[in-house]
Amino acid sequence: MEDKKEGTVKSEGNNVSDPRIIAFVCNWCTYSGADLAGTSRMKYSDNVRVIKLPCSGRIDPLFIIEAFKKGAKGVLVSGCHPGDCHYISGNYHSRRKYAAFRDLLGFLGVDLNRIEFSWISASEGNKWVSVINEFTDKIKSLNDNSSDIFKK
Amino acid sequence: MARIGVFVCWCGSNIAGTVDVAKVTEEAKKVPGVVTAVDYKYMCSDPGQNSLRNMIKEQKLTGVVLAACSPHMHENTFRKAAVKEGLNPYFVEIANIREQVSWVHEDKERATQKAVDLMKMMVEKVKRDRPIEDVRVPLNKKALVIGGGISGIQAALDIANGGVEVLLVEKEPSIGGRMIQLDETFPTLDCSSCIMTPKMVEVNQHPNIKLYTYSEVEDVSGYIGNFKVKIKKKARSVVEKDCTGCGDCWNACPMHKNVKSEFNMNLSERTAIYVPFPQAVPLVPVLDRSVCLHFKKGGKCVKCYEACGPKCIDFDIKDEIIEETVGAIVASTGYDLMDNSLYGEYGYGKYKDVVSGLQFERLLSASGPTEGVIKRPSDGTTPQTIVFIQCVGSRDPEKGVPYCSKVCCMYTAKHAKLFAHKVHGSQSYVFYIDIRATSKGYEEFVRGTMEQDGAVYLRGRVSRIYEDEGKLIVKGADTLSGNQVEIAADMVVLATGVIPKKGSDKVAQMLGISYDKYGFFTESHPKLRPAESSTAGIYLAGMAQGPRDIPESVVSGSAAASKILGLFSKNEYEVEGTIASVNEATCVACFYCQRVCGFSAISRKEIKDRSGKVIKVVASVNPGLCTGCGACVNACFSKSIDVKGFMDDQIYAEIKSLAI
Repeated sequence: MEDKKEGTVKSEGNNVSDPRIIAFVCNWCTYSGADLAGTSRMKYSDNVRVIKLPCSGRIDPLFIIEAFKKGAKGVLVSGCHPGDCHYISGNYHSRRKYAAFRDLLGFLGVDLNRIEFSWISASEGNKWVSVINEFTDKIKSLNDNSSDIFKK
Repeated sequence: MARIGVFVCWCGSNIAGTVDVAKVTEEAKKVPGVVTAVDYKYMCSDPGQNSLRNMIKEQKLTGVVLAACSPHMHENTFRKAAVKEGLNPYFVEIANIREQVSWVHEDKERATQKAVDLMKMMVEKVKRDRPIEDVRVPLNKKALVIGGGISGIQAALDIANGGVEVLLVEKEPSIGGRMIQLDETFPTLDCSSCIMTPKMVEVNQHPNIKLYTYSEVEDVSGYIGNFKVKIKKKARSVVEKDCTGCGDCWNACPMHKNVKSEFNMNLSERTAIYVPFPQAVPLVPVLDRSVCLHFKKGGKCVKCYEACGPKCIDFDIKDEIIEETVGAIVASTGYDLMDNSLYGEYGYGKYKDVVSGLQFERLLSASGPTEGVIKRPSDGTTPQTIVFIQCVGSRDPEKGVPYCSKVCCMYTAKHAKLFAHKVHGSQSYVFYIDIRATSKGYEEFVRGTMEQDGAVYLRGRVSRIYEDEGKLIVKGADTLSGNQVEIAADMVVLATGVIPKKGSDKVAQMLGISYDKYGFFTESHPKLRPAESSTAGIYLAGMAQGPRDIPESVVSGSAAASKILGLFSKNEYEVEGTIASVNEATCVACFYCQRVCGFSAISRKEIKDRSGKVIKVVASVNPGLCTGCGACVNACFSKSIDVKGFMDDQIYAEIKSLAI
């Protein structure tokens, strides 16, 4: 934020100090948690763009690759806590997929620090704030401005 | 060609204070497909909605994006407005620029940038929206209640009184459940049979209730409105319609010493042909083939057959499977007590005079083995001193279960009170951890047991019980005085922890409802949907959900019934159309989707040619069961299944719109 660039809307927002972050979240827990952060007027880093899905189980690993391909410097996946899934077991599918998919991402050359997985419930507006802030700081601290994310 | 309208809401200064709404509007106009973009102070107000409607009409819009508050707030409002102009409700998308932009960011320029991004994202999504029709499922207006305890009975009666046909299935020979085993009930001391039997009789006589006792639900398939159920009516060996319940058969049965009565908690014996208790409903005996001499000894013994006047005993009756279709189900399978033998130090099973709370109920009951006179199981003498131990197994994460069984504080106080009333000059001691007496009249009831009936309450645990010269020596701690205590008792009553009925996990699996790690059925929402299971059309009642007392069980039975009557007040059940659908042309029938589906919503579908020959098998989504979670979409290798409203191409377009 301190290193704000002048210029058009389009060119802003994707260098080391201002990385684009895409969050894939479930509708019921994390999206509501993010809404709660809003109704509570909490403040957090504005680098994140949220894509809402019904369930974290709907988050296809290819979405994550696509997000990186389209310039995201960090990707967050977040759903309901284990046991709280609105669809009973979607978040378990998500968790298992994530565990396997991380290795694949590493194989593709992605720095695994760039992907984050979290459980945020509809009552955890404060957790949403801290996850976003910490993740954004972490991405910034990687201090890597290369254009190709798929290399180590 | 898409004709998209973008509406940017100021929400007074809530959005406009942090986001440059004019800039968002200008940026919207540049997005391909957007034919109009406007900003307005309050989009959700009547004039705001009218401007939306007018624009849909005038500009012939094919989709609209509202950059406004959270979709959880006003998505429905705007969908309804769009529908009035003939637009499919799912062509309305919301960019959340209040809760997730203006309220959480401070830098106006950057917040505006984010708002623009979210707006563009939703324009890309709405361009790819397809019309979605909500699904209507026809309802078979008949209900199944599994379990004939007080909560199941209450549910069945309420549904039946609402004019709907009910099937009530009970595993045991009689309905009544645990409550009919109880003596008097706290805190009013009204006798359980006196308030329960009229309800049981009402069930039996109700024209809308079909009662299946000594029966079990074997299989359930289908979905809300259309469950196919198989009920196994176990061979009773007695023709129900002819039986008069006279009792000649069980009086003639030679097996009267060897079989323990389940109803009396093994404190007495029963015959092979028996009714569990005199007020059983229906009053028709069951012949227990596992112990009957006719079946054990090759058909020799026919004493009951000979004794029977109406000749209604039939040794050849077989198990019968009854198939029914119902629209809704209540699962009220009840509870069991934990196994006391986990606590070897209390000597349950070793010393006859150490009994469980339910056994003590039977000793108190006028219809029990001692006809209501409290006698020691060992020698039949009247006990003068009884020690009651609470929280045996409950609130004990080490050996038992961590939860509180909820009813034990109250029934122990009742036991001590009734003991004082029945045996004058007697003394009871109660070991407790905490007293939990929180409903109406409960605290006063416990106080009464302490103050009027003289029960001595000792806060602490019992470490050991052993027998010495006909007495049970109870060693424990009184943590309030800091002393070790030793009591020579005539009897010990264990307030044993409550667990779900044996086999309730199987019932849950059969029904496709979720249950917790102890086996209690879990509610769809613990606070806001306490009567609903995780599966549409299946409702919960009674102790199967967790420990609760009689009034709560009755309330839960009524709650389940009212949900069902509400459901049945319409002819069709409406399901949101955002569910999965299969592309049958590309589906390769691998059924990975079926494996990940938590709702059993995917089945095999055969595609046949004109001559009826199967040419292809594909996956098929049952709209009554699908919830639209999308787990199947990721499992599909051939990309043949997708969730309406969250299609793959839409998500990729959203990601692409964020490209830098």
